[in-house]
Amino acid sequence: MPLTGNEYYGLIVTRIAVYWVLIAGLNLIVGYAGQLAIGYVALFTLGAYTTAVLAAGNAFAPIPALAALAVAGVAGAVFGVVVGLPALRLRTFYFAISTLGFATIVTQIALAWQEVTGGGIGVVGPVFPAPFDDTWGLLYFCLGFATLATWITANVARSRFGRALVAIRDADVAAEAIGIAKPRLLIMVFLLAGALAAMAGGLFAALQTYITPDAFTFELSLLFFIAVLIGGRGSILGPLLGTIILTLLPEVAAPLAAWSTFLYAALLLAIVLAVPGGIAALLDRRSRRPLPANRTITPRPEAVRALIAHDAAPGALSLRGITLSFGGVRAVDGLDLDVLPGQIHGLIGPNGSGKTTTLNVISGYYRPEAGSQSLGGVELTPGLSTDRAARGIARTFQTPRLIGEASVLENVMIGGTTQGQSGFLEAMLALPRHRRDERLLEQRARLALQAVGLDGLAEVRADRLQHSELRFMEIARALMLRPAFLLLDEPAAGLAHEEIRRLAALVRAVREAGTGVLLVEHHADLIFDICDQVTVLNLGRTLAAGTPAEIRVHKEVVSAYLGA
Amino acid sequence: MLASILASGLAVGAIYAMIGITYNTMFATSRVMSFTAGQLGMLGGVLGSLFLLRLGLHPVLALGLMVLGCAAIGVVTEIVAVRPVLKSLDQHLYVLTTLAMALLIQQFTAIQWGTEPQPFPRLLDLTIGGWEEKYWLPVATCAVTILGLEYLYRRTLVGRAFVAISEDNFAARALGLPERNLRIASYALAGAVGGLAGFSGGQLLLAFFANGPLLNFYGFIPVALGGLGNNRGAVIGGIALGLFQQAANFWVGGIFSSVAVFTLFIIVLLAAPQGLFGATASRRVWWRRSSEGCCPSWRCLALASPCRSPATSITG
Repeated sequence: MPLTGNEYYGLIVTRIAVYWVLIAGLNLIVGYAGQLAIGYVALFTLGAYTTAVLAAGNAFAPIPALAALAVAGVAGAVFGVVVGLPALRLRTFYFAISTLGFATIVTQIALAWQEVTGGGIGVVGPVFPAPFDDTWGLLYFCLGFATLATWITANVARSRFGRALVAIRDADVAAEAIGIAKPRLLIMVFLLAGALAAMAGGLFAALQTYITPDAFTFELSLLFFIAVLIGGRGSILGPLLGTIILTLLPEVAAPLAAWSTFLYAALLLAIVLAVPGGIAALLDRRSRRPLPANRTITPRPEAVRALIAHDAAPGALSLRGITLSFGGVRAVDGLDLDVLPGQIHGLIGPNGSGKTTTLNVISGYYRPEAGSQSLGGVELTPGLSTDRAARGIARTFQTPRLIGEASVLENVMIGGTTQGQSGFLEAMLALPRHRRDERLLEQRARLALQAVGLDGLAEVRADRLQHSELRFMEIARALMLRPAFLLLDEPAAGLAHEEIRRLAALVRAVREAGTGVLLVEHHADLIFDICDQVTVLNLGRTLAAGTPAEIRVHKEVVSAYLGA
Repeated sequence: MLASILASGLAVGAIYAMIGITYNTMFATSRVMSFTAGQLGMLGGVLGSLFLLRLGLHPVLALGLMVLGCAAIGVVTEIVAVRPVLKSLDQHLYVLTTLAMALLIQQFTAIQWGTEPQPFPRLLDLTIGGWEEKYWLPVATCAVTILGLEYLYRRTLVGRAFVAISEDNFAARALGLPERNLRIASYALAGAVGGLAGFSGGQLLLAFFANGPLLNFYGFIPVALGGLGNNRGAVIGGIALGLFQQAANFWVGGIFSSVAVFTLFIIVLLAAPQGLFGATASRRVWWRRSSEGCCPSWRCLALASPCRSPATSITG
């Protein structure tokens, strides 16, 4: 049943659909997780050859084309992870190079392994069973596949896994504190994207009817990669439009065909330097609506209680003899510290006295050279940042770490990433348990925003907020964990007088709900106003510890730090 | 047989090592790993063939023009693709801009020069004890490059300024070193080294527009093996890779040798992310980490950019 009489248009639409199957998956890696996979043509090639060779019976007895396509999907998933391994540990460039290397060798293998791949002569593409065996049947088959790929990847993108991917991209340090385990998450996405890429390759082989290594150039890989970037990060519609534009470009402008890769490259350079948001940023109208001026942050203590109240006190957070040096500088030198549940513990001291370093040791970003740390008598693994969320420790940062392109609500929902019940597969298929998770997360995030007094800004892009609002947003994100202990790193820095007063009320409410707070701060007034206990650090050691009243009159503290 | 593995292994190894040095030279002053490294190698071959065969210039003149051309490409790279994204190193935009730049170079070459591999002439026609020119020339060039760089870095003021910038960018700028000019100069230098790699290996790789991505990959392996910014490591890594690749080529055949090389690359990356020989100096590691948004040096503590484990990254 042809859509138009023109077979040429049918072929182009099929090709767009095939490319999109791959790009939809790649979009999760490049657009969402920010991993620069430039050689995805390798998995495309792998899938095309696997499908074609198995269906043609070059290696084993021939199997049905659809089964061959499924096998290709499995192979693609496996190799997607193998190529992605460097991304789990190393810098971006290494991953880019490893995908480039994989693309290089796959083509070489396709050329050299003649008895299976046919070498330069090639191999016949698979033929799918009727009614998918002619141009129009294949078109509908590929369109169906593309729709499925869109649905699945959009489900992932909109789930807590998708938000976690973006968190890894834009705020990886905060992601660890939230308990997002980057390797596990990335492996699942590599599996999905690899399978989609390889099956796209299988569809491509069917479309071409005959494949040779020449068909899988590095230029094709760039088309995939650049389509995502032109489309814009963190969007589904943008890359889809990018795919359509890039596929059509050489068709409409035939004289330009030879220059198409040159144009892609120029476009990539222009996009990165001039329009980093890509097409998606141009489409995003939400971010252009003006925000109300004179808005105030009004925290609501009763919402804090509803959000985080818990009765079971987990015991104290204790440090014993923590020591850590950077080069020749002892940043923390044999520090003992006890933070009790339901108390606000102030940590003050001059610059360089080791306050933030102490927080980073507790958070597991730094592994101390000596000493132990425990929560409720159970040891905290030194240097392991991703398990702190599960142990009930949440934190904020000196410089707010946020995802600027996501809404305030999404930023806060990220805080509850580890609390979902459903798995990746359930999210992929939008099964009921996943939908319940999402509803619950959103409910709690809205409550957290009420608690810190930002509920009026839930739908606003986070990078449009003022600095003080970001500080409260970070606290809301931390409260999503319902933490036993909350570490605040200079939450009052950059806040106006009135905002500090509201912050004090908020922190008090957190204490009343049973959470212990470790507060690093320079504002002496705030510290003495709300703290139950204060520890003064100097050169990584405890200079004094006691109640605010004791500290206020402590001789050395007054002379070293507070001033007369 | 063993002799031919050795000869070709050393030759391609030397080419890979020089591309590795090209990566390192650009990295040292800018903390940027650039995709143009492989393209510079490709250009060395293409420009060499252009000047020698098409225009029939004297080899010395051809060499000089080729070096100038590649150095100019290096400078353009710095201006167009590196400088605009230096402010946001942690966003890794340089991966995209240098990739775009590399593609522009490659496609321009493909269209203007042609997509077929073209011959590269013999320069001296000198065989030393059965060691053919095409095999000893890259090795000799690599040796000369290393000696030249050592002289530059140790004996000249400009070279010391390079080292100062790469050791501690902040302090060097505070001392009043012209950081930007030195960065431009280092990109010109990298262009020259990359060009030399392609020129000296022209008889092996031919003047072929698609050599770029290949050299990008095989030239980066020595860097990953030897440790980022470590030229000595890059040379040892490059030679080792060349010998390994040619030996595998001979013993198990072309398909599996590239699989073996790729597998080796992944394993090294996973087992020794800092490279087998470590980076040149611990301070550099600090800086490298800091460019990745994670930095245990005292300067950055105030910014609270935490880092996994300073102890391992410092010794790494």
